[in-house]
Amino acid sequence: MSGGSYYVPESSKWPILGSVAVGVMMIGTGMLLVHDRGTPMVIIGMLGVLGVMALWFYDVIKESRQGLYDAQMDRSFRWGMGWFIFSEVMFFAAFFGALFYVRTFALPWLDGEGAKGVAALLWPDFTASWPLMSPPDSSISGPAATFSPWQLPLVNTLILVASSITLTVAHEGLKEGERHVTRNWLFATLLLAITFIIIQGVEYYEAYNHYGITLQAGIYGATFFLLTGFHGVHVIIGATILAVMFWRIQKGHFSGDQHFGFEAASWYWHFVDVVWIGLFLFVYVF
Amino acid sequence: MAPKLPPHHPLEQSTSAVAGGQASAHHSPPRGIMRWLLTTNHKEIGSLYLIFSLVMFFIGGIFALVVRAELFQPGLQLVQPEFFNQMTTMHGLIMVFGAVMPAFTGLANWMIPLQVGAPDMALPRLNNFSFWLLPVAFALLLSTMLMPGGGPNFGWTFYAPLSTTYAPPSTTFFILSLHIAGISSILGAINIVATILNMRAPGMRLMDMPLFVWTWLITAFLLIAVMPVLAGVITMMLMDINFGTSFFNAAGGGDPVLFQHLFWFFGHPEVYIMILPAFGIVSAIIPTFARKRLFGYASMVYATASIAVLSFLVWAHHMFVVGLPLVAELFFMYTTMLIAVPTGVKVFNWITTLFRGSITFEPPMLFALAFVVLFTIGGFSGLMLAIAPADFQYHDTYFVVAHFHYVLVPGAVFAIMAGVYYWLPKWTGHYPNVKLSQWHFWLSVIGVNLTFFPMHFSGLAGMPRRIPDYALQFADFNLVSSLGALLFGASQLVFVAVVILCVRGGEKAPAKAWEGAEDLEWSVPSPAPLHTFDTPPNFRPHEH
Repeated sequence: MSGGSYYVPESSKWPILGSVAVGVMMIGTGMLLVHDRGTPMVIIGMLGVLGVMALWFYDVIKESRQGLYDAQMDRSFRWGMGWFIFSEVMFFAAFFGALFYVRTFALPWLDGEGAKGVAALLWPDFTASWPLMSPPDSSISGPAATFSPWQLPLVNTLILVASSITLTVAHEGLKEGERHVTRNWLFATLLLAITFIIIQGVEYYEAYNHYGITLQAGIYGATFFLLTGFHGVHVIIGATILAVMFWRIQKGHFSGDQHFGFEAASWYWHFVDVVWIGLFLFVYVF
Repeated sequence: MAPKLPPHHPLEQSTSAVAGGQASAHHSPPRGIMRWLLTTNHKEIGSLYLIFSLVMFFIGGIFALVVRAELFQPGLQLVQPEFFNQMTTMHGLIMVFGAVMPAFTGLANWMIPLQVGAPDMALPRLNNFSFWLLPVAFALLLSTMLMPGGGPNFGWTFYAPLSTTYAPPSTTFFILSLHIAGISSILGAINIVATILNMRAPGMRLMDMPLFVWTWLITAFLLIAVMPVLAGVITMMLMDINFGTSFFNAAGGGDPVLFQHLFWFFGHPEVYIMILPAFGIVSAIIPTFARKRLFGYASMVYATASIAVLSFLVWAHHMFVVGLPLVAELFFMYTTMLIAVPTGVKVFNWITTLFRGSITFEPPMLFALAFVVLFTIGGFSGLMLAIAPADFQYHDTYFVVAHFHYVLVPGAVFAIMAGVYYWLPKWTGHYPNVKLSQWHFWLSVIGVNLTFFPMHFSGLAGMPRRIPDYALQFADFNLVSSLGALLFGASQLVFVAVVILCVRGGEKAPAKAWEGAEDLEWSVPSPAPLHTFDTPPNFRPHEH
């Protein structure tokens, strides 16, 4: 409830600049995809977005350090971050939904099973399987092999779970006011995050060069890269946020009872972690 | 031509501006255009949203008139079928994402902080970002019409493979523009949720909130839940088009029907996003001019929440003819019909509020009453469409067009206009001109019914939608529809005149502009000063 000192910023140039940067980035992306030119525009737009975000957050951090934010503002940030993460959950839910739909309905129907098995008339020779090694139409070649979940994917799972634990230890250290604990365990988290990204890079290299798993390799390749790709992007974003938190810890920004920036970063990281558990189970294992 | 709705009192302080701390230190805002570009003020951003929405309403309206002009008589006379398809598509996209949604967000920006007694939105800078993404998104969307191959031509629902395999090259730009609009919606909705949950005046419990606030809380939840799904499905389209994936291509093991499932999982809650705030507005206006408390406040809240929950369980009623398993047809038919129950509760409550009230017919009330009657017609035709075997006949005919235009035009759009007439005195300090408002109302009501009522008949007789030509037996109905559309479109110029005149002058309105109005916004002066509720007001809950 309002306590009478809610901070309302007067005016800010970051929102409008941010909108322009988003526009430049999107138009550049479109130019690149449709007309095969526009890379400079994408880069300028992206740098613009990143720059605006950095300066905008810099303002927020500065205002926070000046003590302009009260407990009510803190709650606004909490609601904001919480619902933002919920929106991200729904983004991944759409992709998981697509995966389940294809596996449960679309492929069996194409194989002649189930209520809409009449779809088998399209490609009578098609046999459904998951992972789908040979797509219905011969113009699309499926993957040559798929990953065993018990090698790199398992290692990556352990790494991400471990990173959630190290991050929690770092958070506990912050609450206790033991800065060196926070710093060290946060550093460990960052190392785990970077290791995860490298291993994921190795896996993508393997996928394209030895397994024949590509974006064009039918629905298996499409869902594989859609889910792991967007997860990977989120890991990179989360790791960047954690890196900023590391910098802020070094600067001595947080106190034991006032560190929502850190907490938001850890919420985000745990969310990325949970999404990976879903990925590990339904993309790799089952 | 865009009227500046907010008052020009940059230095004026709220009557209660004795707040301690930082909040009272308002600097004068930047002058000229910069003021509007850099603003963090919920009233200014609200006005920007409303002006943007009005501009889009006219652009989308002109596209609709091109469609109606071509359909004025059978045969092809004005435009090529390819361009006709772009017109139907852009009309739908612009009206949904550019006119109706931003209008409600604009009203939310203006009114929610005033109705809950907050100094501003919870996250004011984010609020400005949400707005300024919209002109970027829609400039990009409109620019696709100038690109080689033309703009989107696959209907506002952009079903794959029409929108992937057979789409014009500009589709990638269309997808990116929709991404920007989606980011705007999600951020705006997060802001509204945070404002409602965290910024209420001390003593205002959730069940004390005005229904406009309640309906927006639920709408914002729907937005946060389904806009990311839209982002997901258009991303999959983008990949099918540009990277050779097979999400919506059965040859690779995907399924075009998957597109429809994902789209309508977003799309059905989306149509409630466009109507729930309308329910809130009407629930504010009817008690005011019936001079009675709203009947069944709590049941209104629960009905709204039930509609929101059910909206996640009905999506495939848009897909009855695509080839669903029988069990799915039945499931989605019954869940869809269930929605009639909470909606019926609402209509019942509005009518019961009117019962034995001391009713007067000011312009907002005229629109609100028309809403109740005409929205209910749209609701009933929706019930007809919910019957799966009957939908096999109605699907993709003008009956569907009639149905969703009844819920969206005399539904959502009339509610927005009712809200504008209701709150204009608070925004400008002047009452809107009564004579002109009445002209606007009656011309609109006649125009809307002339346009859309005949579509029920042509649809039941089998006229397909999204076709630039038709069989001769539909000629009379189409002629009436086209004339009605022209009348409705022209009468919106009266609306613009009313708004401009009201900004510039007119009968002065007191703080409590309407005798029977009760909510917190009527406790601040008219026009509302730039900054209100710097210190939280005393909120005395009244019995609902």
